Amino acid sequence: MARFILRRVLLALPALLGLVLLTFVLTRVIPADPAAMLAGDAATPAQVAEIRTRYGLDQPMWRQAVTHVRQVLTGDLGSSIFTGRPVAEEIGFRLPATLELTFVARFLSVVLGVPLGLVAALDHNGPVDQIVRLLSVGGLAIAGFWLAIMLQLLFCMEWELLPLRGRIDVALGVPPGFSGLYLLDSLLAGRLDLFVDALRHLVLPAVTLCLPGLASIARFTRSGVLETLQKDFVLYARAAGYSPFRLATIYVLRNAVTVTVTQVGLLFGALISGAVAVEAIFDWPGLGTYAVQAILAADYKALLAVTLVVGVVYAVVNVLVDVAQALVDPRVAEQMK
Amino acid sequence: MSDMLPDPPERQALLSVRDLAVHIRTDAGLARILDGVSFDLPPGGTLGVVGESGCGKSTLLRAILGILPKGAMVPSGQVLFQGEDILRKPVRGRIGFIPQDPFRSLNPVFRAGDQLLEGMRRHAPGTRDDHRKKLISLFNAVQLPDAHNALDKYPHEFSGGQRQRLLIAAALACDPDLVVADEPTTALDVTTQREILALLRGLTAERNMALLFVTHDFGVLSAVCEDVAVLYAGRVAELGPTGNVLADPRHPYARMLLACHPDRATDLIGIPGTVPAATAQPPGCRFHPRCPIARPSCARSVPEAVRIFDGSRVACPFHADALPEVALV
Repeated sequence: MARFILRRVLLALPALLGLVLLTFVLTRVIPADPAAMLAGDAATPAQVAEIRTRYGLDQPMWRQAVTHVRQVLTGDLGSSIFTGRPVAEEIGFRLPATLELTFVARFLSVVLGVPLGLVAALDHNGPVDQIVRLLSVGGLAIAGFWLAIMLQLLFCMEWELLPLRGRIDVALGVPPGFSGLYLLDSLLAGRLDLFVDALRHLVLPAVTLCLPGLASIARFTRSGVLETLQKDFVLYARAAGYSPFRLATIYVLRNAVTVTVTQVGLLFGALISGAVAVEAIFDWPGLGTYAVQAILAADYKALLAVTLVVGVVYAVVNVLVDVAQALVDPRVAEQMK
Repeated sequence: MSDMLPDPPERQALLSVRDLAVHIRTDAGLARILDGVSFDLPPGGTLGVVGESGCGKSTLLRAILGILPKGAMVPSGQVLFQGEDILRKPVRGRIGFIPQDPFRSLNPVFRAGDQLLEGMRRHAPGTRDDHRKKLISLFNAVQLPDAHNALDKYPHEFSGGQRQRLLIAAALACDPDLVVADEPTTALDVTTQREILALLRGLTAERNMALLFVTHDFGVLSAVCEDVAVLYAGRVAELGPTGNVLADPRHPYARMLLACHPDRATDLIGIPGTVPAATAQPPGCRFHPRCPIARPSCARSVPEAVRIFDGSRVACPFHADALPEVALV
């Protein structure tokens, strides 16, 4: 298994290098002249030339590419044109916010979606199945931004149960800690008050964001379970005297979730891009809002950095999905050999 | 006192199927899969069940194993195992099961041990360690290579023959009194088939286990089974000692079926027509539309089983009639 994981990681490296090079190409394709962009509209040709020399833009293309790769690998993503601060630093603050939100949303969609799919399959075409079908069609059809606003209206404005926006009540301060994940940091610091506050802020965005994933995970699990129930080995296990509960929960589910695992990985990428709207509505200081600001300000350094980070997250999740699949189904690791 | 008992103990069957009917509601109507099936299997006995595809062999096994499909109804009959009606309350552990397809009967994502030990955990006394030891000794008995590590392997690490050996060992694991086997060698190649059959017969005989064996292979039948039941369209056509039935079948269907068999017929012939759909069983004798000696009365009443001289039961009142030459080549 260790060899399998190492192999998957090594296979991911060329993709990451390609991603870094691709971002370099994008800087040369989208803004026609980065020096002019950096200098601004009012700059004189002399100023543009000076900037061109300062940023090495007068160097041969291959040398610029090498420099770009080296800078990215050493964590130097340049400075934001908009704020003037290092992009790496800004992302370092915003990435944990998005990761926390997406992790919790994904967790919710798995722990709710898999059991829903299971009970639907076990009650094939029965009333439970119909209810789950209604929920999952609804979950896929309802637009996130609409649901977010409805939830805000009900839980924040009407009933005043939950905070309207942000990650934490600024009056309480930011949890001390290294990870930037407020739930984790506040727990590690033993600050239960901060934990509860961060959780209260997280509930509505996470619920909004988890819904489409929950719906498709429920559907995938349902069809996986139905398919597995037809298998000869289920009949054999029944004859051998498995308890119906154990049969449904452990024996069948493990086969059924092989499809779901892939789905979870694919959705994870979509989740990060899907977070843009939700983050904007809940004023969540994550990558999504950062990307929106960068687009509006034509801050190409920041945009490149966001592209890179999302790409890296995709690559990491892909490796994790492969590993998870190999853990669930031993034949996967076998085929990779 | 003893004359109050229905049967003296020495004559009491281990498995007694009495007038069993299994019907399933389908979109095409009521499928009468089995009707009026009766037979006894004494302790340590071996009974083969033969018949064409769709005659109800598998449903019979599933009724005995208590794994009838959803929607199956049992409008009449009993299946008594050691005197208990197991249609109402299936017994586990005391009936071992060897499935038809060793490739598809093990879950690919669990280790062999995790799957095979689960049945023992629920139905055999002793600790998990005892169960592991027992299985490993059975793996040795079924001549599974590397028996000691087999429990920790995944199904795809075994060949087909090895998987069938695993499943035979699993069927014997709870020391059952009856082993039910559903064409256990059809998925294997011919040389492996012979070995597996010899092994199965030897192990059950050694342990005085009864064997109920479904097959459509007459060669297998004569090698393994003392008695044979020939099923046609959900009814027992003929039931008797294997040697006698194979040498001199009496029911017209059994006679024609045996004549179809390439090992026995000089010329391969078929039986005209097809097995009726379970939703459209003909009235009276279910074989009469295809039977060369059918008479008008055959379409009206279900034939009673007739006992003939060797103790065989034949569900045909005209079993003594000769079949026309044309039907037998």
